[in-house]
Amino acid sequence: MADQTKIANGDRRAWLGLLARAPAEALAALWSDYGARPEFQWLRTPEIGGVMVRGRAGGTGAPFNLGEMTVTRCALVLPDGTEGHGYVQGRDKTHAETAALIDALMQTGDADAVRAKILEPLTRQVQAARSARAAKAAATKVEFFTMVRGEDQ
Amino acid sequence: MTPQTRFSGGFTDAPVQAAHAFRAAMTVMARPGEIRQLVGATPPEGLSVAAGTLLLTLSDPDTGVYLAGAADSPAVRQWLTFHTGAPLVPAAQADFAVGLWQDLMPLEQYRIGTPEYPDRSATLIVECGVLHQSGATLRGPGIRDTARLALPDVAALQANSDLYPLGCDFFFTCGDTVAALPRSTRIEPKG
Repeated sequence: MADQTKIANGDRRAWLGLLARAPAEALAALWSDYGARPEFQWLRTPEIGGVMVRGRAGGTGAPFNLGEMTVTRCALVLPDGTEGHGYVQGRDKTHAETAALIDALMQTGDADAVRAKILEPLTRQVQAARSARAAKAAATKVEFFTMVRGEDQ
Repeated sequence: MTPQTRFSGGFTDAPVQAAHAFRAAMTVMARPGEIRQLVGATPPEGLSVAAGTLLLTLSDPDTGVYLAGAADSPAVRQWLTFHTGAPLVPAAQADFAVGLWQDLMPLEQYRIGTPEYPDRSATLIVECGVLHQSGATLRGPGIRDTARLALPDVAALQANSDLYPLGCDFFFTCGDTVAALPRSTRIEPKG
Protein backbone atom coordinates (compact mmCIF):
# COMPACT_ATOMS: atom_id res chain seq x y z
CA MET A 1 0.00 0.00 0.00
CA ALA A 2 1.37 3.35 -0.99
CA ASP A 3 2.33 5.81 1.70
CA GLN A 4 0.37 8.85 0.55
CA THR A 5 2.37 11.18 2.79
CA LYS A 6 5.56 10.58 0.83
CA ILE A 7 4.13 11.72 -2.50
CA ALA A 8 4.06 15.43 -2.99
CA ASN A 9 0.73 16.75 -4.26
CA GLY A 10 2.53 18.82 -6.87
CA ASP A 11 4.25 15.74 -8.33
CA ARG A 12 1.01 13.82 -8.57
CA ARG A 13 -0.78 16.79 -10.08
CA ALA A 14 1.98 17.03 -12.68
CA TRP A 15 1.77 13.43 -13.82
CA LEU A 16 -2.04 13.32 -13.73
CA GLY A 17 -2.14 16.51 -15.77
CA LEU A 18 0.33 15.09 -18.27
CA LEU A 19 -1.70 11.86 -18.60
CA ALA A 20 -4.94 13.81 -18.99
CA ARG A 21 -3.65 16.02 -21.80
CA ALA A 22 -1.42 13.53 -23.62
CA PRO A 23 -2.71 12.12 -26.91
CA ALA A 24 -4.26 8.68 -26.35
CA GLU A 25 -2.22 7.04 -29.14
CA ALA A 26 1.10 8.28 -27.78
CA LEU A 27 0.29 7.00 -24.30
CA ALA A 28 -0.98 3.67 -25.64
CA ALA A 29 2.26 3.15 -27.59
CA LEU A 30 4.45 3.85 -24.56
CA TRP A 31 2.24 1.70 -22.33
CA SER A 32 2.47 -1.29 -24.66
CA ASP A 33 6.28 -0.87 -24.74
CA TYR A 34 6.35 -0.80 -20.94
CA GLY A 35 5.21 -4.43 -20.89
CA ALA A 36 4.06 -5.14 -17.34
CA ARG A 37 0.30 -5.47 -16.93
CA PRO A 38 -0.57 -5.27 -13.22
CA GLU A 39 -3.77 -6.88 -12.00
CA PHE A 40 -6.39 -4.53 -10.65
CA GLN A 41 -9.99 -4.21 -9.52
CA TRP A 42 -12.36 -1.44 -10.53
CA LEU A 43 -13.53 1.05 -7.97
CA ARG A 44 -15.32 3.01 -10.67
CA THR A 45 -15.58 1.61 -14.18
CA PRO A 46 -14.69 4.08 -16.95
CA GLU A 47 -17.49 6.55 -17.54
CA ILE A 48 -17.81 9.42 -19.97
CA GLY A 49 -19.10 12.79 -18.91
CA GLY A 50 -18.73 16.50 -19.45
CA VAL A 51 -17.01 19.12 -17.37
CA MET A 52 -17.24 22.89 -17.61
CA VAL A 53 -13.84 24.37 -18.28
CA ARG A 54 -13.42 27.74 -16.63
CA GLY A 55 -10.92 30.39 -17.50
CA ARG A 56 -9.83 33.75 -16.20
CA ALA A 57 -9.49 36.75 -18.49
CA GLY A 58 -5.79 37.48 -18.76
CA GLY A 59 -5.07 34.66 -16.29
CA THR A 60 -6.00 36.82 -13.29
CA GLY A 61 -9.41 38.35 -14.07
CA ALA A 62 -12.89 37.22 -13.12
CA PRO A 63 -13.61 33.55 -13.89
CA PHE A 64 -15.87 32.77 -16.82
CA ASN A 65 -17.15 29.55 -18.39
CA LEU A 66 -14.98 28.80 -21.39
CA GLY A 67 -16.98 25.81 -22.57
CA GLU A 68 -17.73 22.18 -21.92
CA MET A 69 -15.35 19.37 -22.72
CA THR A 70 -15.75 15.61 -22.74
CA VAL A 71 -13.91 13.77 -20.00
CA THR A 72 -13.53 10.08 -19.24
CA ARG A 73 -12.76 9.02 -15.70
CA CYS A 74 -12.20 5.81 -13.78
CA ALA A 75 -10.70 4.60 -10.52
CA LEU A 76 -9.08 1.29 -9.72
CA VAL A 77 -7.15 -0.47 -6.98
CA LEU A 78 -4.08 -2.70 -7.24
CA PRO A 79 -3.90 -5.97 -5.24
CA ASP A 80 -1.76 -4.22 -2.58
CA GLY A 81 -4.46 -1.61 -2.01
CA THR A 82 -2.94 1.28 -3.97
CA GLU A 83 -5.62 3.42 -5.57
CA GLY A 84 -5.21 4.94 -9.00
CA HIS A 85 -7.41 7.58 -10.58
CA GLY A 86 -7.62 8.47 -14.24
CA TYR A 87 -9.25 11.60 -15.62
CA VAL A 88 -8.51 12.13 -19.30
CA GLN A 89 -9.84 14.30 -22.08
CA GLY A 90 -11.94 12.66 -24.76
CA ARG A 91 -14.02 9.49 -24.89
CA ASP A 92 -11.27 6.85 -24.87
CA LYS A 93 -11.94 4.43 -21.98
CA THR A 94 -8.64 2.60 -22.51
CA HIS A 95 -6.85 5.92 -22.17
CA ALA A 96 -8.52 6.50 -18.79
CA GLU A 97 -7.69 2.96 -17.66
CA THR A 98 -4.03 3.38 -18.66
CA ALA A 99 -3.84 6.73 -16.89
CA ALA A 100 -5.30 5.24 -13.70
CA LEU A 101 -2.89 2.29 -13.82
CA ILE A 102 0.08 4.61 -14.29
CA ASP A 103 -1.16 6.79 -11.43
CA ALA A 104 -1.35 3.70 -9.20
CA LEU A 105 2.08 2.42 -10.29
CA MET A 106 3.62 5.84 -9.65
CA GLN A 107 2.69 5.39 -5.98
CA THR A 108 4.42 1.99 -5.75
CA GLY A 109 8.03 0.82 -5.97
CA ASP A 110 7.77 0.81 -9.78
CA ALA A 111 7.61 4.62 -9.83
CA ASP A 112 11.15 5.17 -11.16
CA ALA A 113 10.73 2.63 -13.98
CA VAL A 114 7.37 4.12 -14.98
CA ARG A 115 8.79 7.62 -14.87
CA ALA A 116 11.77 6.69 -17.07
CA LYS A 117 9.86 4.55 -19.56
CA ILE A 118 6.55 6.41 -19.87
CA LEU A 119 6.31 9.82 -18.24
CA GLU A 120 9.62 11.28 -19.42
CA PRO A 121 9.28 10.19 -23.08
CA LEU A 122 5.68 11.40 -22.98
CA THR A 123 6.73 14.78 -21.59
CA ARG A 124 9.29 15.11 -24.41
CA GLN A 125 6.68 14.21 -27.05
CA VAL A 126 4.13 16.66 -25.67
CA GLN A 127 6.80 19.35 -25.38
CA ALA A 128 7.99 18.71 -28.97
CA ALA A 129 4.43 18.95 -30.28
CA ARG A 130 3.93 22.22 -28.43
CA SER A 131 7.12 23.76 -29.69
CA ALA A 132 6.38 22.64 -33.26
CA ARG A 133 2.98 24.26 -33.07
CA ALA A 134 4.40 27.39 -31.47
CA ALA A 135 7.10 27.58 -34.17
CA LYS A 136 4.44 27.28 -36.89
CA ALA A 137 2.43 30.03 -35.30
CA ALA A 138 5.51 32.20 -34.80
CA ALA A 139 6.29 31.98 -38.53
CA THR A 140 3.02 33.74 -39.32
CA LYS A 141 3.61 36.54 -36.84
CA VAL A 142 3.19 40.00 -38.30
CA GLU A 143 4.96 42.97 -36.76
CA PHE A 144 3.01 46.18 -36.97
CA PHE A 145 4.85 49.45 -36.63
CA THR A 146 4.21 53.06 -37.43
CA MET A 147 6.72 55.51 -38.81
CA VAL A 148 7.19 58.59 -36.73
CA ARG A 149 5.81 61.37 -38.90
CA GLY A 150 6.61 64.29 -36.68
CA GLU A 151 3.00 65.43 -36.28
CA ASP A 152 2.93 64.96 -32.51
CA GLN A 153 5.58 67.54 -31.81
CA MET B 1 -7.55 -11.16 -4.21
CA THR B 2 -10.03 -8.40 -3.60
CA PRO B 3 -8.49 -5.49 -1.69
CA GLN B 4 -11.07 -3.65 0.37
CA THR B 5 -10.46 0.06 0.21
CA ARG B 6 -12.43 3.04 1.41
CA PHE B 7 -13.96 3.32 -2.07
CA SER B 8 -14.93 -0.32 -2.63
CA GLY B 9 -18.53 -1.38 -2.88
CA GLY B 10 -19.98 0.90 -5.52
CA PHE B 11 -22.11 -0.28 -8.44
CA THR B 12 -20.14 -2.60 -10.71
CA ASP B 13 -22.51 -1.94 -13.63
CA ALA B 14 -23.90 1.47 -12.74
CA PRO B 15 -26.52 2.04 -15.49
CA VAL B 16 -28.22 -1.36 -15.05
CA GLN B 17 -27.96 -1.61 -11.26
CA ALA B 18 -29.09 1.98 -10.72
CA ALA B 19 -32.09 1.38 -13.01
CA HIS B 20 -33.09 -1.76 -11.09
CA ALA B 21 -32.68 0.06 -7.77
CA PHE B 22 -34.69 3.04 -9.01
CA ARG B 23 -37.47 0.73 -10.16
CA ALA B 24 -37.58 -0.92 -6.72
CA ALA B 25 -37.59 2.48 -4.96
CA MET B 26 -40.37 3.76 -7.22
CA THR B 27 -42.46 0.62 -6.74
CA VAL B 28 -42.34 0.70 -2.94
CA MET B 29 -43.13 4.42 -2.89
CA ALA B 30 -46.08 3.86 -5.25
CA ARG B 31 -47.38 0.94 -3.17
CA PRO B 32 -46.92 1.80 0.51
CA GLY B 33 -46.55 -1.31 2.64
CA GLU B 34 -44.92 -3.39 -0.09
CA ILE B 35 -41.47 -4.73 0.73
CA ARG B 36 -38.92 -5.17 -2.05
CA GLN B 37 -35.35 -6.34 -2.27
CA LEU B 38 -32.81 -3.62 -3.04
CA VAL B 39 -29.24 -4.71 -3.77
CA GLY B 40 -26.25 -3.58 -5.82
CA ALA B 41 -23.96 -1.61 -3.54
CA THR B 42 -21.85 -2.81 -0.62
CA PRO B 43 -21.61 0.25 1.62
CA PRO B 44 -19.17 0.56 4.53
CA GLU B 45 -20.08 -0.16 8.16
CA GLY B 46 -22.92 2.09 9.31
CA LEU B 47 -25.19 1.76 6.27
CA SER B 48 -27.35 -1.19 5.26
CA VAL B 49 -27.12 -2.58 1.73
CA ALA B 50 -30.54 -1.16 0.86
CA ALA B 51 -29.78 2.30 2.28
CA GLY B 52 -26.40 2.42 0.50
CA THR B 53 -27.93 1.34 -2.81
CA LEU B 54 -30.72 3.88 -2.40
CA LEU B 55 -28.21 6.69 -1.79
CA LEU B 56 -26.09 5.74 -4.81
CA THR B 57 -29.24 5.69 -6.92
CA LEU B 58 -30.92 8.88 -5.74
CA SER B 59 -28.22 11.31 -4.64
CA ASP B 60 -25.93 13.40 -6.82
CA PRO B 61 -24.00 16.69 -6.50
CA ASP B 62 -27.31 18.61 -6.37
CA THR B 63 -28.83 16.77 -3.39
CA GLY B 64 -27.74 17.46 0.16
CA VAL B 65 -27.43 14.37 2.35
CA TYR B 66 -27.64 14.37 6.14
CA LEU B 67 -26.00 11.45 7.91
CA ALA B 68 -27.39 10.84 11.41
CA GLY B 69 -25.87 8.89 14.28
CA ALA B 70 -24.04 5.69 13.34
CA ALA B 71 -24.34 6.52 9.62
CA ASP B 72 -22.14 9.59 10.14
CA SER B 73 -18.70 7.97 10.06
CA PRO B 74 -15.61 9.05 8.09
CA ALA B 75 -15.88 5.82 6.08
CA VAL B 76 -19.47 6.54 5.00
CA ARG B 77 -18.67 10.18 4.26
CA GLN B 78 -15.72 9.28 2.01
CA TRP B 79 -17.59 6.48 0.30
CA LEU B 80 -20.65 8.60 -0.43
CA THR B 81 -18.61 11.56 -1.64
CA PHE B 82 -16.51 9.40 -3.96
CA HIS B 83 -19.46 7.61 -5.52
CA THR B 84 -22.09 10.36 -5.69
CA GLY B 85 -20.42 13.72 -5.03
CA ALA B 86 -23.40 14.62 -2.83
CA PRO B 87 -22.70 17.45 -0.37
CA LEU B 88 -23.10 16.57 3.32
CA VAL B 89 -25.40 19.12 4.96
CA PRO B 90 -27.17 19.75 8.29
CA ALA B 91 -30.62 18.23 8.80
CA ALA B 92 -32.46 21.50 8.08
CA GLN B 93 -31.08 21.66 4.50
CA ALA B 94 -31.14 17.96 3.67
CA ASP B 95 -32.83 16.44 0.64
CA PHE B 96 -32.04 12.98 1.98
CA ALA B 97 -31.41 11.99 5.59
CA VAL B 98 -30.13 8.56 6.62
CA GLY B 99 -29.92 6.89 10.00
CA LEU B 100 -31.77 5.07 12.75
CA TRP B 101 -35.17 6.48 13.69
CA GLN B 102 -34.02 7.74 17.10
CA ASP B 103 -30.95 9.39 15.52
CA LEU B 104 -33.05 11.13 12.87
CA MET B 105 -35.51 12.67 15.32
CA PRO B 106 -36.95 15.27 15.86
CA LEU B 107 -38.96 15.18 12.65
CA GLU B 108 -39.65 18.94 12.82
CA GLN B 109 -36.07 19.77 11.82
CA TYR B 110 -36.50 18.58 8.23
CA ARG B 111 -37.82 20.58 5.31
CA ILE B 112 -41.48 19.87 4.51
CA GLY B 113 -41.68 21.94 1.32
CA THR B 114 -43.75 25.05 0.69
CA PRO B 115 -47.34 25.32 -0.61
CA GLU B 116 -45.93 26.48 -3.99
CA TYR B 117 -43.21 23.81 -4.06
CA PRO B 118 -44.23 20.83 -1.89
CA ASP B 119 -41.46 18.83 -3.58
CA ARG B 120 -38.79 20.86 -1.76
CA SER B 121 -38.98 18.52 1.21
CA ALA B 122 -36.71 15.93 2.76
CA THR B 123 -36.85 12.20 2.12
CA LEU B 124 -35.82 10.19 5.17
CA ILE B 125 -34.12 6.82 4.79
CA VAL B 126 -34.79 5.10 8.10
CA GLU B 127 -32.68 2.09 9.06
CA CYS B 128 -34.83 -0.48 10.83
CA GLY B 129 -33.99 -3.60 12.80
CA VAL B 130 -36.91 -5.47 11.28
CA LEU B 131 -39.26 -4.82 8.38
CA HIS B 132 -42.51 -6.73 8.24
CA GLN B 133 -46.08 -6.32 7.09
CA SER B 134 -47.85 -6.08 10.44
CA GLY B 135 -48.72 -3.36 12.91
CA ALA B 136 -50.10 -0.03 11.71
CA THR B 137 -52.81 -0.04 9.04
CA LEU B 138 -52.21 2.11 5.96
CA ARG B 139 -54.81 3.56 3.60
CA GLY B 140 -54.49 5.93 0.70
CA PRO B 141 -53.21 6.22 -2.88
CA GLY B 142 -51.50 3.06 -4.11
CA ILE B 143 -53.27 0.79 -1.58
CA ARG B 144 -56.29 -1.24 -2.74
CA ASP B 145 -58.01 -1.58 0.65
CA THR B 146 -55.57 -1.51 3.49
CA ALA B 147 -51.91 -2.43 3.91
CA ARG B 148 -49.90 -3.08 7.03
CA LEU B 149 -46.38 -2.06 7.91
CA ALA B 150 -44.42 -2.03 11.16
CA LEU B 151 -43.64 1.64 11.80
CA PRO B 152 -41.16 3.07 14.32
CA ASP B 153 -43.36 5.89 15.69
CA VAL B 154 -46.98 5.95 14.56
CA ALA B 155 -47.88 9.25 16.26
CA ALA B 156 -45.04 11.20 14.62
CA LEU B 157 -45.80 9.70 11.20
CA GLN B 158 -49.52 10.48 11.58
CA ALA B 159 -48.62 14.10 12.37
CA ASN B 160 -46.46 14.13 9.22
CA SER B 161 -49.29 12.80 7.04
CA ASP B 162 -51.62 15.48 8.50
CA LEU B 163 -49.35 18.10 6.86
CA TYR B 164 -50.30 16.77 3.39
CA PRO B 165 -49.59 18.09 0.73
CA LEU B 166 -46.50 19.14 2.67
CA GLY B 167 -44.39 16.80 4.78
CA CYS B 168 -41.55 14.32 4.49
CA ASP B 169 -41.48 10.98 2.67
CA PHE B 170 -39.93 7.88 4.19
CA PHE B 171 -38.01 4.85 3.03
CA PHE B 172 -37.56 2.08 5.60
CA THR B 173 -34.54 -0.12 5.02
CA CYS B 174 -33.50 -3.31 6.75
CA GLY B 175 -30.56 -5.30 5.38
CA ASP B 176 -31.28 -5.61 1.66
CA THR B 177 -35.03 -4.90 1.84
CA VAL B 178 -36.88 -1.64 1.48
CA ALA B 179 -40.40 -0.32 2.08
CA ALA B 180 -41.75 3.21 1.82
CA LEU B 181 -44.31 5.53 3.31
CA PRO B 182 -45.22 8.64 1.28
CA ARG B 183 -46.87 11.60 3.00
CA SER B 184 -50.16 10.83 1.20
CA THR B 185 -50.74 7.62 3.19
CA ARG B 186 -53.18 7.77 6.11
CA ILE B 187 -52.10 5.77 9.15
CA GLU B 188 -54.22 4.06 11.81
CA PRO B 189 -52.39 2.62 14.83
CA LYS B 190 -54.20 -0.79 14.77
CA GLY B 191 -56.56 -2.13 12.14
